[in-house]
Amino acid sequence: MSHAPQAPQAPQTPGPGGDKVIAPGHTLATVSDKITKIVLTRATPRGWYLGFAGSFLLVMVLMVSIGKLLVSGIGVWGVNVPVGWGLAIINMVWWIGIGHAGTLISAILLLFRQEWRTSINRFAEAMTLFAVACAVVFPSLHVGRPWLAYWLLPYPNTMSLFPQFRSPLEWDVFAISTYGTVSALFWYVGLIPDLAALRDRAKSKPWKIAYGILAMGWRGAARHWERYETAYLLLAGLATPLVISVHTVVSFDFAVGNVPGWHATIFPPYFVAGAIYSGFAMVLTLAIPLRKIYGLQDFITLRHLQNMAKIVLATGLIVAYGYAMEAFFAWYSANPYEESMLVNRMTGPYWWAYWTLLLCNVLTPQLLWSKKIRSSVVALFVIALVVNVGMWLERFVIVVTSLSRDFLPSSWDTYTPTRWDWGLYIGTFGLFLSLLFLFIRFLPMISIFEMRTLVPTEGGDEEGHG
Amino acid sequence: MAQIFHPSFNTLSKVSIFGAVFFLGAAVWGWDMLLRSPYNTQVDVAREQPVPFSHKHHVAGLGIDCRFCHSSVEDSSFAGIPPTKTCMGCHSMVWKDAAMLAPVRESFQSDRPIPWTRVHDLPDFAYFDHSIHVKKGIGCTTCHGQVDEMPLTWRTATLNMDWCLDCHRDPAANVRPRARVFDVHWDARGLDDAERAALAASYDVKSRLDCSTCHR
Amino acid sequence: MTNAESPRTAPDLRAIDAIRAELSSARGDDFWHRLEELSARPAFQDWLQQEFPSQAPRFVPALERREFLRLMGASLGVVGLAACTRQPDERIVPFARAPEYVVPGQPRYFASALTLGGAALGVLVESHMGRPTKIEGNPDHPASLGATDALAQAAILSLYDPDRSHSCLRAGQIDTWSAFTGELSGRLERLAALQGQGLSILHAGESSPTLADQLARLSTRFPRARVHRWTPVHRDQERAGAELAFGRDVGTHYHLDRAEVVLALEADLLGSGPGAVRYARDFAHGRLGRAGAAGMNRLYAVESTLSLTGAMADERLALRPSEVEGFARRVARELGLAVEAPALDAFAERFAVAAARALDARRGAGLVVAGREADPAVHALAHTINYELGNTGATLEHTDPLDDLARPAAADLRALVEDVRARRVDTLLVLGGNPAYDAPAELDFAGALASVPFRVHLSAQVDETSALCHWHVPEAHALESWGDARAHDGTVTIVQPLIAPLFGGKSALELLAFVLGEGEKSAYETLRERWRAKSGLAGADFERFWREALHDGVVAGTGAPGVEVHLRSSLDFGASPATATGGLELALRPDASTFDGRFANNAWLQELPRPITRLVWDNALLIGPRTARERELENGDVVELAHEGRHLRAPVWVVPGQAEGTLTLHLGYGRRRAGALGTGVGCDAYALRTGERPWFVTGVELVRTGERHELVTVQKHPSQEHRSLARVATFDRFRADPLGATRPEHGTSELAPPSLYPGFPYEGHAWGMVIDLNACIGCNACMIACQAENNIPVVGKGQVANGREMHWIRIDRYYEEPAGTVDERVTVVHQPVPCMHCENAPCEVVCPVGATVHSSEGLNEMVYNRCVGTRYCSNNCPYKVRRFNFFPYADFETESLKLQRNPDVTVRSRGVMEKCTYCVQRINQARIQAQKEERPLRDGEIVSACQAVCPTQAIVFGDVNDEASAVARLRKEPHHYGLLAELGTRPRTTYLAKLRNPDAELSGT
Repeated sequence: MSHAPQAPQAPQTPGPGGDKVIAPGHTLATVSDKITKIVLTRATPRGWYLGFAGSFLLVMVLMVSIGKLLVSGIGVWGVNVPVGWGLAIINMVWWIGIGHAGTLISAILLLFRQEWRTSINRFAEAMTLFAVACAVVFPSLHVGRPWLAYWLLPYPNTMSLFPQFRSPLEWDVFAISTYGTVSALFWYVGLIPDLAALRDRAKSKPWKIAYGILAMGWRGAARHWERYETAYLLLAGLATPLVISVHTVVSFDFAVGNVPGWHATIFPPYFVAGAIYSGFAMVLTLAIPLRKIYGLQDFITLRHLQNMAKIVLATGLIVAYGYAMEAFFAWYSANPYEESMLVNRMTGPYWWAYWTLLLCNVLTPQLLWSKKIRSSVVALFVIALVVNVGMWLERFVIVVTSLSRDFLPSSWDTYTPTRWDWGLYIGTFGLFLSLLFLFIRFLPMISIFEMRTLVPTEGGDEEGHG
Repeated sequence: MAQIFHPSFNTLSKVSIFGAVFFLGAAVWGWDMLLRSPYNTQVDVAREQPVPFSHKHHVAGLGIDCRFCHSSVEDSSFAGIPPTKTCMGCHSMVWKDAAMLAPVRESFQSDRPIPWTRVHDLPDFAYFDHSIHVKKGIGCTTCHGQVDEMPLTWRTATLNMDWCLDCHRDPAANVRPRARVFDVHWDARGLDDAERAALAASYDVKSRLDCSTCHR
Repeated sequence: MTNAESPRTAPDLRAIDAIRAELSSARGDDFWHRLEELSARPAFQDWLQQEFPSQAPRFVPALERREFLRLMGASLGVVGLAACTRQPDERIVPFARAPEYVVPGQPRYFASALTLGGAALGVLVESHMGRPTKIEGNPDHPASLGATDALAQAAILSLYDPDRSHSCLRAGQIDTWSAFTGELSGRLERLAALQGQGLSILHAGESSPTLADQLARLSTRFPRARVHRWTPVHRDQERAGAELAFGRDVGTHYHLDRAEVVLALEADLLGSGPGAVRYARDFAHGRLGRAGAAGMNRLYAVESTLSLTGAMADERLALRPSEVEGFARRVARELGLAVEAPALDAFAERFAVAAARALDARRGAGLVVAGREADPAVHALAHTINYELGNTGATLEHTDPLDDLARPAAADLRALVEDVRARRVDTLLVLGGNPAYDAPAELDFAGALASVPFRVHLSAQVDETSALCHWHVPEAHALESWGDARAHDGTVTIVQPLIAPLFGGKSALELLAFVLGEGEKSAYETLRERWRAKSGLAGADFERFWREALHDGVVAGTGAPGVEVHLRSSLDFGASPATATGGLELALRPDASTFDGRFANNAWLQELPRPITRLVWDNALLIGPRTARERELENGDVVELAHEGRHLRAPVWVVPGQAEGTLTLHLGYGRRRAGALGTGVGCDAYALRTGERPWFVTGVELVRTGERHELVTVQKHPSQEHRSLARVATFDRFRADPLGATRPEHGTSELAPPSLYPGFPYEGHAWGMVIDLNACIGCNACMIACQAENNIPVVGKGQVANGREMHWIRIDRYYEEPAGTVDERVTVVHQPVPCMHCENAPCEVVCPVGATVHSSEGLNEMVYNRCVGTRYCSNNCPYKVRRFNFFPYADFETESLKLQRNPDVTVRSRGVMEKCTYCVQRINQARIQAQKEERPLRDGEIVSACQAVCPTQAIVFGDVNDEASAVARLRKEPHHYGLLAELGTRPRTTYLAKLRNPDAELSGT
């Protein structure tokens, strides 16, 4: 984050609690009430039902797509030779990337003592978890014989065979599963005190028991808090390197390959930056409507949005640098295959993807230089959406465009996704949203106890500048 | 406020949290055991046959050589299952009306083969060649066990890939003099390691570990 | 794609009768199985349309259901059951009485012959436990020398074609052979009484001495019977040409190994026609590009359509078919012959002069070849030039014609139709062939046939002709029946069966024997009698003769003797033909895959990329780029052709090298009853084909219909993009600077560029392959040989369109246009691409489960049963030679197809990667054999399927470590290089650059 441009002074409060991380006038009690009541309130808003129904419908789309895939075979997708990987891998990388912001916010910003993170970290973490859940759908399904995918795991067997650890896909198995586990733990541990709060405030017995089990007998004793803080810090320490490692490993899937357009040393940093970029964009995309719907403007203030906007701008610039370097290498290496790769991206059958991606990922975020735009919630929302699209296109360009034209012109061919490709992608949105809906309905989407820590010490946030 | 949980839950939770790891491990181990069990490998399971043919009687009792029936074992990948005619060679004279042999006679008259049940059945993607193993001094009993003691035939080896590899990694351990390849009474201890190594060398045994040796 | 007279419009009820008949025989499961299969047939759909128009859309073939069930099966596998249940019990079924000489698990080889286009190709057929599985060439046979062509390779699939006719049909109803013979014998008695008046026999017999003998003997019982012969791919032009030149018909065959200069006039002598395989071998022999090679033959090709021969030519001229005669005249005059010649355009003029000079300089070592499709006059001119230059007897030989028939095919068929029209035919026996489909359009043979009182058709499939006959008799496949056949030079081979007729077929010999009143005499007896008489041997001597003939695959001393011929003194070519009008010309050619239509139902051939165009599952109207631009046509635009009131719809395909103003269409498509696969594929060129103009017509009108038809090609990008992939140099440059000539301008040419890692030491064998681009003629034989050897499935048009073809070895075709010239002068280079078996294989490092690994002998092994199908290896393969089973492509259902499979190669299932293995099963067998004989492997002992079949021996496989091996020697050649070697993959499959030998006088432009 150190590369981020020096943030201008926080704007003069346009909305409630403009430059504060929590609006004035909140007491410990009000904080707890405001947040827990979202969960414990009897009447579930009709909007929630509608939203959940909608996303659950998409989950059905996912199920059907998976069923068709398993029954008929990979052939139902558009993949072929030379384009052996298609939407599945693109989506996996995209979702994993999305996840990164969560870990970054909760872990790194925690270590940096960035208090402004507290209000967003909870659902940022949840987002990470759900994004990873969506991501892992793909690698296991995109193989030709999914029922044998467990062969990628090292386990004793009668063939006395082991997986091949030189393969980046093998590294993925470990990178992603570790990432998933740690994110889950981190998220859960963070939840424990709040679960206890819910347990105590829950009215009906079953809920008490449910939350009780999850709260693991948390009583808020000093010893609990002490242990808790240590554990949380340790996990943060564990999670921090993951932010870097996971997408580095994912980028190896390509960088280790010899396909022109894959085989580049810049991939790891460029992928990590891209991941954070898309991750924060996604947090914005989710936070903005949520704070509106649940009236959390007091907790997720404009200040948060602006900080995230700055991060988006910063990482956006790194990504742009990555694109520039790719082009430069292609030219500077004087490698005919690299050169034609670049020409193919710009003028080949998928030229539109390349130029759209530049528009979305390089030009659009430049708007964030302007304070006015940074302070406009709507503008932020739109830009975030555009960036999400752009980052998906980036993966499309890397995977498809590179593969479609590699070394031997005789085997050049194109790739067209089928409805089953799309079905699976749309379906994961359903999964993601459904999980999110359940989360905001049954768990506190903002860390209650951490918010409470903000209440007495006003100005504690002043050191909060990036 | 009232306690929701009984104190015993503390221990319970602790156990379940720590236990989880072990439960998982146990499950994997159990699965592996199942795969290696006779249920799956059919080791030591005597197989039903249309005619209850006894190797014990024919080999131990009558001392018939393996090649009398498995005639192509030295020339072909497939050791060969005798045609009904071979059976009738003797059984047109001895036990010629034994009820047990009715299917054999029926087969011979109707010229319909006898559908035996395969005892040693490699998967179709594994290609094994008897002739070369015999040539290199690997005896029948090394893989097929003491056939001369089997009233009905069963497997003594799992035929799992690791079983094949064990020998291919150290063939000398199982090499015997060519003259004794078909000797069901051959005892591996008849030679010491040095002698076996020498034998393997003299037979130019180059057991291969390339995948394409068996899979193609 | 349907042609003008669509099958949909006129369904006849015999079709549904046939279906009822076929069903009546089936019971239980078989019944339903058949029902599904039948309901899929167009015939049934037609009938349905007619009977219950409303039902038609609702009644779709039950294939969906079967598909569904299979998918459910697959989904069980998904659940994981397939992965962990124990093996099901397997039965092992020995013989009841073992036949002699059969060692279970060991293949045996039998010599036989396959006949096509009037000449035989000697083959050795591999048989596993009585199942013929693979066809190899017969090294002792003059037409083969151990190689075969693609069509011969595919014959094995035709044998097992599930759509072959299964029984005799009487008016479409299943009936028995005895019922047929009963009815036939009655008629024959009556006819015999009339001395055979009214008996006509139409046969498609091709150069079988015994058949000819039988037909001759017919006159004893039926003096007034008439015998006719028709095959659409006939040698009428050649015959007429010979008569024009010599006053008599002669057989002609060439000695390309002796020819230093060859001028091919509309002649695809390397690609198709009698002796093509041998010619290709001899031709390649004459241009072995090797260090220190003294010389190299030069091929001038003049043709309307870019053929394989044209693609190999050092100098090529594209002319309209009608202009070829003029060109030939010009060459003749240049050589000082008294022949009138028209004016040619500038380049053609220079070309003619250059060719003439080259021929003149090589008197006795030159050769002018006129092709099967060239006009008689062109043939006569070729004969004259060869005769005058003293090439006759040196580079070509004349023999008596192989088939001594009274009349040319077209005239013969016309005579028959006239007889029928004149009600002179009471009984017509059609022995083989399919005249109702491929007879000249103006004859309306089908119409005539229907008016014959009693008609019988002997054919392998229930085809267009069978449907019109009272009786259909299933014909035995060449691999199921006894017979004999003559090669292009007259050598006779005894055709012996590899397996009893699968579907109770009969051969023409057997049917004729019955007609001759010899009852149920087997072809075997007929054959032996004939040869006993011919050889004049008896008893033990004959048996010895017979055994030798069968064993060797050739009957010793049967090569046709050369005949002395002289030009007619009165030979006069008269005035040169009027130069062609501005209109379009349409050239018709036999197809490389379906030939005359007989192979339309052969899946291997349908999916085999056609030479040059690389199209699959279709034929297309080939058109030159300029003409296409003028007519505003693009690939896939459907046009309507009209000529003399006949119409035809076809999609166009733009091909460089096509003579502008000329369209080319291949025969053998638009079949109306070819079977489940072939029916309705492509468009029927016979609709425009007439008796007197069989190979090209002038003044064709072309109209755009605005419709589109999807044409699928396996290679979508025609150019090398200046990457020196298939390297080419001229022979002169090569001689001057062997190393430099073929090296690319930039980039390394090193086979093994430096690496940070130490190389793996390959003790013992190190398998490698060298492919000589200079010898490769792009004939596709290797692709099908590989398919047959390695159980490679076909995937169908749709999957190929999506880039999912499965061929393990493919032939890349790159166009190169000499700078500043027009499309017509495009040159072509073919590059066969199998797996490179890289020593540093990019595919291996990326496989997470180690399903593709390197062997100690340098093979890049693909372990199907370990593969989970990540497709990462394919992405990372720079050569894109890996193939993936996106669906369960292999047919696990059709019983007859299971018989064809090579038992030594795993049949791959869904979700698994596969690729060239260097025929590892052959390597293992050879190694085991050598070990059993306690000797080292010999060079040349292991022959990969592609190498064995290659007519030009362009592919050499062997041990790179063995300094003395052929492959090691080739790797030392100066123009030896590795494809994309600069990537550091260290390919084991390497190439010799292509060398051209252009004419200095022409290559100026």
